[in-house]
Amino acid sequence: MAKQKLVVIGNGMAPGRALEKLFELAPDAYDVTIFNAEPRVNYDRILLSPVLSGEKSFDDIIIHGDAWYIEKGITLHKGHKVTEVNRAARTVTSEHGETVSYDRLILATGSNPVIIPVPGHALPGVLTYRDLDDVHAMMLAAKAGGKAVVIGGGLLGLEAAAGLQAQGMEVVVLHLMPTLMERQLDPAAGYLLQKAVESRGIKVHCKANTHEITGTDRVTGVRLDDGTVYPADLVVMAVGIRPNAGLAKAAGLEVNRGIVVSPDMRSSDPDIFALGECAEASGQVFGLVAPLYDMAGVVARQLTGDATAAFSPQATATKLKVTGIDLYSAGDFADAKDREEIVLRDPMRGVYKRLVLKDNILIGAVLYGDTGDGPWFFDMIKRGIDISGMRETLIFGQGYQGGSLADPMAAVAALPDEAEICGCNGVCKGKITTKIAELGLTSLDAVRAHTKASASCGSCTGLVEQVIRLSLGESYNPAAVQPMCGCTDLGHDDVRRLIKAKELKSIPAIMQELGWKTSCGCAKCRPALNYYLICDWPGEYADDSQSRYINERVHANIQKDGTYSVVPRMWGGLTSAKELRAIADVVDKFAIPTVKVTGGQRIDLLGVKKEDLPAVWSDLNLAGMISGAAYAKGLRTVKTCVGTDWCRFGTQDSTGLGVKIEKFMWGSWTPAKVKMAVSGCPRNCAEATCKDVGVICVDSGYEIHFAGAAGLDIHGTQVLGHARTEEETIEIIAALTQLYREQGRYLERIYKWAKRVGTDSIKRAVIEDTARRRVLFDRFVLSQSYAQIDPWAERVAGKDAHEFAPIGTLGLPQAAE
Amino acid sequence: MNAKTSEWIDVGAEADIPLRGARVVRSAAGDIAVFRAADGSVFALRDRCPHKGGPLSQGIVHGHGVTCPLHNWVISLETGEAQGADHGCTPKIPVQRLDGRILLDAQAIARLAVPHG
Repeated sequence: MAKQKLVVIGNGMAPGRALEKLFELAPDAYDVTIFNAEPRVNYDRILLSPVLSGEKSFDDIIIHGDAWYIEKGITLHKGHKVTEVNRAARTVTSEHGETVSYDRLILATGSNPVIIPVPGHALPGVLTYRDLDDVHAMMLAAKAGGKAVVIGGGLLGLEAAAGLQAQGMEVVVLHLMPTLMERQLDPAAGYLLQKAVESRGIKVHCKANTHEITGTDRVTGVRLDDGTVYPADLVVMAVGIRPNAGLAKAAGLEVNRGIVVSPDMRSSDPDIFALGECAEASGQVFGLVAPLYDMAGVVARQLTGDATAAFSPQATATKLKVTGIDLYSAGDFADAKDREEIVLRDPMRGVYKRLVLKDNILIGAVLYGDTGDGPWFFDMIKRGIDISGMRETLIFGQGYQGGSLADPMAAVAALPDEAEICGCNGVCKGKITTKIAELGLTSLDAVRAHTKASASCGSCTGLVEQVIRLSLGESYNPAAVQPMCGCTDLGHDDVRRLIKAKELKSIPAIMQELGWKTSCGCAKCRPALNYYLICDWPGEYADDSQSRYINERVHANIQKDGTYSVVPRMWGGLTSAKELRAIADVVDKFAIPTVKVTGGQRIDLLGVKKEDLPAVWSDLNLAGMISGAAYAKGLRTVKTCVGTDWCRFGTQDSTGLGVKIEKFMWGSWTPAKVKMAVSGCPRNCAEATCKDVGVICVDSGYEIHFAGAAGLDIHGTQVLGHARTEEETIEIIAALTQLYREQGRYLERIYKWAKRVGTDSIKRAVIEDTARRRVLFDRFVLSQSYAQIDPWAERVAGKDAHEFAPIGTLGLPQAAE
Repeated sequence: MNAKTSEWIDVGAEADIPLRGARVVRSAAGDIAVFRAADGSVFALRDRCPHKGGPLSQGIVHGHGVTCPLHNWVISLETGEAQGADHGCTPKIPVQRLDGRILLDAQAIARLAVPHG
């Protein structure tokens, strides 16, 4: 039987889930074509807030990478907006003129952010918060610092505000209603939330009716009806979404608020499904992920001929994704005559819990401060259990049922198989335990991969781990993360994430906030923390020289006898008579015993006494030479061949490019050393293919390689991408280096980092996603503005003088006896 | 009393040594590393790691310990003993702090000059 043609308009989370289900049920039933107006693959929109706050990167939130589409044989048109659905001809046409015919069509056009039509709403600097482009625009705007006003104190608005603040902006939230998040929270919890948000330094103004956005060429502020003016360099509107049903309407489908669908998810044309935020079912439109995923399952089953599949709206739960604020609400918690409530307040602990009952059945829950029992309450709401038997203790949570205080494992053990563990993906406990037993899963990642539990927002990770633990017993060790060192149980990645999320800007702050077990760390963690702080807070963090390994503290390499070696920079391996003469003079003047040519095309002076270092550097500085950083976890050398200037095979000016790269990159600190090379032709005389980063010049431009090694391990490089100009080459290399700086664990070389995070994710970030590349490049440039100071010249001028002189000199004292 | 104090040698001010850092005192008996821990306490050891003779004064100071820059042995500042699985000891020199000055025990320094002292 010939495959039917399925066309999907939209590539968000809901259609992604529908296709996944479809391929699971009937892998060969359809030829699938997707049109995506966004120029990228399917990603997890729920996690945009952690991207904005810097806690995650785009790669972390991709659901389906390019490989998935290829593997499933899907034709994906990225950046193609569909302009017409012709139901008579059964075709769709994109703005680029692509016309594709369909047997079945899925409309998943999502929603548009609501823009309040106040004066000034179209000024540059007014943004919405909806997709990755918005996040990038906000991050770019935040880079300049300044003030931001977020209009809308709902889930999205507060997450945007927290993210912008994490990016360094001063933020005001304007909210029309008297309390924050009134759709999910009752006023008491809204008040607690407001206090928590304000204690983080974000100003909240409730009952704020926006009158106009001021400014002529770009936004300068927001004026409220009551006359209050908030100056602003950036205004974000996060006041709600509106189903995007224009295309459906133009095609003559029935549209109310959204595209009207019956419980089988079909629109008024039975061959056309509508799915996700654009669909209106039972008179409701939906914005949370759980019901959208339910819709996706129904669509998939209908497509495979299961006419019984039907969508019915269920109670939903939400959780605010702002680090440090725990908030959970589920079900229906509005006041009404026939309802009762149980409330627990503990202002000292900042805890508030409210349960709403109707006829002894739990129908709603709001938890603030202590949300651990959220999933348990939510499970009872969905199952409509009569709670009269446990009413006295219900509010204290699951641990208090049955008289004695149960441990959390017992609480999880007590959950029935149909209890939902992962709300985002609708995964119940039974599914997890069955998959663990069937497939012999032993890790969180494996459970995520096979069940999708904890694979979206991640807030149920703890619960999922407890279920795994229940199934596997003590053999499961969730703390399989390798701790940084004996001073902490946290791994490098967690520490880095928390440095950003909690804005920790000094080593003592990290140790205090993250519960270090030692008073001042050790020789493993301190240099790592010092690097992470330098990388994450350029210009703000003051380098802690006492946390530097000796070589980086005194800018020379310690030798086995306690003397040092000195290596001046030779740009691209070029030197001159003047430099060589100065080196020769220094060797004579300080009686330096050994002079050696290095593998990185420079000259090493070995056996210099520590006290002589500043004087040696002074003489080298006078001849125009600076530190070669031969000791640094940073840029070392850029080795070159002679290229078109001299070589009859040369295709480009490899020496010149090497010098440019080195002049651009010197001084940068990285997780481990970075060695580079540029070869002028594929004969590769500069040995670029075993470097951390290498460039091979070819006729058409520059082939950029990376992740090579020629030390303890030997690895040839992999090709990262191709650039046409020197400028593009440098931009890609700088972006790659910045990504490595931000993701690499201390002392992890590029090839190990690439193996850990995956070459594809790196290519996506610095080759395919040119906007992301630019953002990385800009961050590298910012960091360099603080890094390119010759440490030798600083010390010649007197910095750290105590390092280079003994505190005192004694004769041999006489023994008294 | 005079006889007693004369056995202590003033080698410099506490403030001359950075917290979590060290300075070297050159002596005819060999280099002495004087350490100042994060809590302000001051220690002195012969500036030679018991492993391969690395200059402990160049190591990273953490708690009351120092990590040798050559091969990462951790030496206790309080005893001069290698920590963890490593074994070895470097001589410790008693220290006194007086009005912001650092005094070292002259006898102990003299003993450094004597092999196996």
